[in-house]
Amino acid sequence: MNQATQDPHHIDVKEFHPRARAAISDPKIRQNFRKAMDGLITKRKDAFEGMDLEALRELGANIRLRALANLPDLLEQLEKKLSENGIKVHWATDGDEACRIVRNICVARNAKTVIKGKSMVSEEMELNHYLEERGITALESDLGEYIVQLAGETPSHIIMPAIHKNTGEISELMHQTTGTDLSNDVEYLTASARQQLREKFMNADVGVSGVNFAVAETGTLCLVENEGNGRMTTTVPPCHIAVTGIEKVVGNLEDVAPLLALLTRSATGQHITTYFNMISGPRKLEELDGPEEVHLVLVDNGRSSIYQDDELLDTLRCIRCGACMNHCPVYTRVGGHTYGTTYPGPIGKILMPHLIGLDEGRHLPTASSLCGACGEVCPVKIPIPDLLVRLRQESVDGDKLNPAKVRGHGAKRGSVEALVWKGWSWMHARPGVYRFGTALAARLRKLQPGQLGGWTEYRTAPKLAAKTLHERMKERGQ
Amino acid sequence: MSSRDAILQRLRNRSGGELAIPDCDFSVLQRPSSSVAERVDQFQKTIESVHGEVHRCTSENWITQLADLLSSRGARNLLVPAAHQIGRTLRDADSNELPELLIYDEPIHSWQAQLFNEVDASITSTRGGIAETGSLIMWPTPDEPRLMSLVPPIHIAVLEASELYSTFHEAMQDQNWAAGMPTNALLVSGPSKTADIEQTLAYGVHGPKELIVLVIE
Amino acid sequence: MADPIKVYPPKPSHVYFYATCLIDMFYPDAGMAGIQLLEREGVKVIFPEDQTCCGQPAYTSGYHDEARAVAKAQLDLFPEDWPIVVPSGSCGGMMRKHYPSLFKHTDQEDKASGIAARTWELTDFLLNVCHIHLKDLGEPTTVAMHTSCSARREMGVAEVGPRLLGQLQNVNLVEQVRAEECCGFGGTFAVRHPEISGAMVSEKVDALTDTGAGAFVTTDCGCLMNISGCAEKNRKPLEGQHILSFLWDRTHSGSGRES
Ligand code: SF4
Repeated sequence: MNQATQDPHHIDVKEFHPRARAAISDPKIRQNFRKAMDGLITKRKDAFEGMDLEALRELGANIRLRALANLPDLLEQLEKKLSENGIKVHWATDGDEACRIVRNICVARNAKTVIKGKSMVSEEMELNHYLEERGITALESDLGEYIVQLAGETPSHIIMPAIHKNTGEISELMHQTTGTDLSNDVEYLTASARQQLREKFMNADVGVSGVNFAVAETGTLCLVENEGNGRMTTTVPPCHIAVTGIEKVVGNLEDVAPLLALLTRSATGQHITTYFNMISGPRKLEELDGPEEVHLVLVDNGRSSIYQDDELLDTLRCIRCGACMNHCPVYTRVGGHTYGTTYPGPIGKILMPHLIGLDEGRHLPTASSLCGACGEVCPVKIPIPDLLVRLRQESVDGDKLNPAKVRGHGAKRGSVEALVWKGWSWMHARPGVYRFGTALAARLRKLQPGQLGGWTEYRTAPKLAAKTLHERMKERGQ
Repeated sequence: MSSRDAILQRLRNRSGGELAIPDCDFSVLQRPSSSVAERVDQFQKTIESVHGEVHRCTSENWITQLADLLSSRGARNLLVPAAHQIGRTLRDADSNELPELLIYDEPIHSWQAQLFNEVDASITSTRGGIAETGSLIMWPTPDEPRLMSLVPPIHIAVLEASELYSTFHEAMQDQNWAAGMPTNALLVSGPSKTADIEQTLAYGVHGPKELIVLVIE
Repeated sequence: MADPIKVYPPKPSHVYFYATCLIDMFYPDAGMAGIQLLEREGVKVIFPEDQTCCGQPAYTSGYHDEARAVAKAQLDLFPEDWPIVVPSGSCGGMMRKHYPSLFKHTDQEDKASGIAARTWELTDFLLNVCHIHLKDLGEPTTVAMHTSCSARREMGVAEVGPRLLGQLQNVNLVEQVRAEECCGFGGTFAVRHPEISGAMVSEKVDALTDTGAGAFVTTDCGCLMNISGCAEKNRKPLEGQHILSFLWDRTHSGSGRES
């Protein structure tokens, strides 16, 4: 169960437990994540210092909600504006269709090499894999993604893909795969990667990027990044293909300002990233650089199903900042690969079940103590714990009044567990039975088993009191 | 049915019915009014905190300052805009303190290798700046193409102090961006950087390693 | 969209005391302490005999039909319009935050919302409704505090515990590192994902032990059971107590603690 050597394309999401156990007993994983997450938590806090964070989150949430309320109209407006600007818009029902679209564009241009900026949607589509199998090289250019690709892995964090590796591991990897000299000097390693990638940029036929916000009003694709690889990807190759989820659209250009302020501060504690890149069209005749062709692929891949339900819809507000994972005590312990899904951590737990089905993703919603740290920091106020509870309900078909809707619902309902809860409910809905039962347990407490499954692996068994509070209150005459 | 129509139809026939449209209160973005000097201070402080370099100049002495900065870095050449006042002034200055001046007047494919490998520094204008985030606003043009501020290892930007806004929101409202965006618009806030290796900052990963702002006061 | 603002009621003549099943069976002393603190403030405490459990374990496990059946049995326990006080952020959060959605579109919707609106976490109620003034009768001591996640985030009472402890002259409150981080209890989470929960509680025990206090108090019996159980299993010198027990022990005469 070594995380690093597992083929990332054949991960069984259901094998969560063994991966979690392996990660927890791996001191390097524990240390790498703890150190990184501690740093990010502090930086985020500092970045919002002196701002009215709650009012800003409220605005962010409302902007996203408003965009979702107008989603079909905004998508059409976006398409119209982009077309006017000379950007071609494509629509894909699922990841496969999106991959086909990208490939067809490549084939039409006789393109053999694709350079990529960071894009989680392309990870969702497994685009690299798809293109490679069809003879098109896809190379990641974001340093973290580049490292992950060299290692044959998938990102372990949506913002910092290679966060699970330390400098020594990265140096070793670069040495083995690219012949870079071994070094613990991050500057040196970075400069080497720059050299390796600059060649690739110059020779790439197509650049593929993600999109952070797509503005319907002006037909503008916004990209947030620090490295400049996103600008390279969208400027140097003669053709740029942006891929994004249909939920990324916002109404007005103005909406971008508060969302950007929330995004970068929540993600990495930066006031702003080095580059905020707004693309509204291909190179004009008189311009000397920039791509001649720009495409946008709008990917549904389960999003329109999420959209049907008032509560689940909140999932689509996400602006992919990663703050929920940075603050998640579970993510911090197990790391990103344990989830076995494109999006790890809290956002992954509420999003992935819709993409892969609740049967496949049955362990995702339970892997949370519902501590609420994620919902507390989410810049667009997604009630993540409530959504986790909703998905738990869906996965056991636990609510007759609100029948489950998500694909693969009910897969986790086991007859024994269901029976236990029925019995529990029967007893606790009957005060007399409850009082009798609890008083009896108190009498028999010496017989209480000392071993209680997973609980006593790490703790002593809880001790029943000699008398229940009910009994004591009765004695008191109440 | 096309995927497009199928997706839009699913969204339009939402089983949960119409969604309420919430109000959006943008007042949280408002800042108390500030003087130019205050904005310059804030800009400088913020961009310096992310490794940007700021030099306050006047329209009289900026060329001298620029020449010093370039020679101290051993820059062999400087890419300047062909038509913009900045480029013209520099060429007219005919100073032997300055390195060789280059202009970007051909389509990229005809000189890509040279731009990537031989240009040491570039200088561009800006459309103003943002004090709160220490950002430069740039709209690349045929005269100052997109790669000019990205590929050379040193990028020098000229910023008029009077064109500093408090926030991004204020800048886009004041300049009425919503009326029409250029093919490419940028906010640049410091040199290119990464923290992808163990959260350790390293500069110049893909773009310039140094960003130098000449603030003209 | 915005979170509702808490409006504290004036100090009432009576309150309903909702003990929670964990206190009933495992920590009745904490329940008694809470009742006595309230009574000392001149509030008459009504203990509805038919109370059992708020339904949260089934609710968070996704068994909402079962949770609703149990919760429904609690809805008739509070006929008068008196506040309902709960010595737990977690069960208080269930009643205050989740009852309304659990009973949405049912005949009990109004009743559930009414109960939600008058449910208070007990320490919050003591401080901000009763305006309690504590007089410390105990020996000088040092404690650390762990506020449960539900008390902190669902009930918004993170400041309350430290302020109450701050009233005790002889108590030195020390802060653990990563005070805001979950102890790993999470109800059935601890059983479903023992390895993750175990890693979390072990680190929580370390954080509390590292304060050097040797003792901690907490708002919730779930955390108490979890943290104390882990400390005991690993023979760490760390004693845990419900904050209500701690407050009562130090402030009532006849506690044998007076100096
Ligand atoms: S769910 Fe919220 S916190 Fe998590 S990535 Fe999305 S926006 Fe960020």
